[in-house]
Amino acid sequence: MVTIDNVTKRYPTRHGSITVLDGIDLQVAPGERIGILGRNGAGKSTLIRLISGAEHPTAGTIKRAMRVSWPLAFAGGFQGSLTGLDNLRFICRVYGASEEDKIGFVEEFSELGRFMREPLKTYSSGMRARLAFALSMAIEFDCFLIDEVITVGDARFHEKCRRELFERRGDRAMIMVSHEQHIIKDHCSRASVLREGKLQHFGDVDGAYSAYSGA
Amino acid sequence: MTRALLHSLGIQLRVIHALLMREVLTRYGRHNIGFLWLFVEPMIFTLGVTALWTITKSAHGSNLPIVAFAVTGYSSVLLWRNMPARCINGLGPNQSLLYHRNVRPLDIYASRLLLEAIGGTTSFLVLSLLFIGIGWMEPPEDVLKIALGWILLAWFGASLGLFLGALSEQFELVEKIWGPMSYLTFPLSGAMFMVDWLPPAAQEVLLYVPMVHCVELLREGYFGSMVRAYYDIGYVVAVSAVLSLLALAQERRVSRGLVLE
Repeated sequence: MVTIDNVTKRYPTRHGSITVLDGIDLQVAPGERIGILGRNGAGKSTLIRLISGAEHPTAGTIKRAMRVSWPLAFAGGFQGSLTGLDNLRFICRVYGASEEDKIGFVEEFSELGRFMREPLKTYSSGMRARLAFALSMAIEFDCFLIDEVITVGDARFHEKCRRELFERRGDRAMIMVSHEQHIIKDHCSRASVLREGKLQHFGDVDGAYSAYSGA
Repeated sequence: MTRALLHSLGIQLRVIHALLMREVLTRYGRHNIGFLWLFVEPMIFTLGVTALWTITKSAHGSNLPIVAFAVTGYSSVLLWRNMPARCINGLGPNQSLLYHRNVRPLDIYASRLLLEAIGGTTSFLVLSLLFIGIGWMEPPEDVLKIALGWILLAWFGASLGLFLGALSEQFELVEKIWGPMSYLTFPLSGAMFMVDWLPPAAQEVLLYVPMVHCVELLREGYFGSMVRAYYDIGYVVAVSAVLSLLALAQERRVSRGLVLE
């Protein structure tokens, strides 16, 4: 269970503080898949960052009673002089996983082959994206945070990611942000709309979309 | 309660280890001697300064062996001075790692401080053993006193590093001021003199500088009865403890308000 209780997030700016999230609540049960809808700048990514624990709320609490992932396929920690393998090792150490059983999977899934042992600065953006996705799949989580990234690589790789995430991990909870309606509609059982700092919940995705586009 | 604490401690050690290994790779890479630069770099510094001081006879007015004087002095400078240097603006390049929830700013600082401590200590040890081996330095009189002085200096350096590092996230000024500050405090840090050589008025002022006490203690350990050392362990402990508290408070403040890209 992930429980977000009355969470507010404000950021200081040069002309006073802005309230991005204003007392929002959200509960995610194990196995539940929830879409978050909202326009650009509505605070969707802020919400994902708060749930992931990368940032702290200004007020309110977030309880994580299951293992929550980092934002899926996030490639920000990549540093040019490190190899793909270095990044895998780092992640395994941080999450207390054994790297031995993961190397084969990541090498195979990312299709990097011997590039696993080359520095990241020699990678194309597609290779980085494939590595990032493979690393996200290397550690087991009960709840995945997905911020607009399932569109990496060509159609075949795309399909592979879809199988790995949505089929093989079909029993996991997911919190998903996407501007592509069909992704949310295909994979989420319910959705919430983020607007002017408030999060409004809907029992089904279609209801959320009609409220979202009607406004 | 204890169990939860041990569990958290386990995670923290794991994370610091991960960051440490990553830092070694990103800083020194795999080319030529790789991670050995960690202590070869400070060794080159210390060697250069030792050579300079030997040529210019910088420990003027004393009959202390110059090589040992320079090695103990300059190694100390590197220890307390590199820690803040690595912590100031230290979060920036590692900020995106904070997306992994268990990686906290404190872990990033801790790994950097630990790395500096390991590098500085190894450099000091290797140089001392080398010079003792070839007869340029006499073996020290009291190793425990040296260790105590060194550990106190490392504690002071670490608390200063964490404090200035966390402060630099809030005030850009810290970075600008640290350069001249570290340069100006170097001659006051006790590396180039013994307090005993100075006029009483200067002694009184310089004994407010925490580093001076550590270096005096370290040198008493090294030279024993050849020197008359002035130090107050209680003073260094008090200063470092207060600074550590301030540092942790500032780190917490910065950590809570951190805005990621």
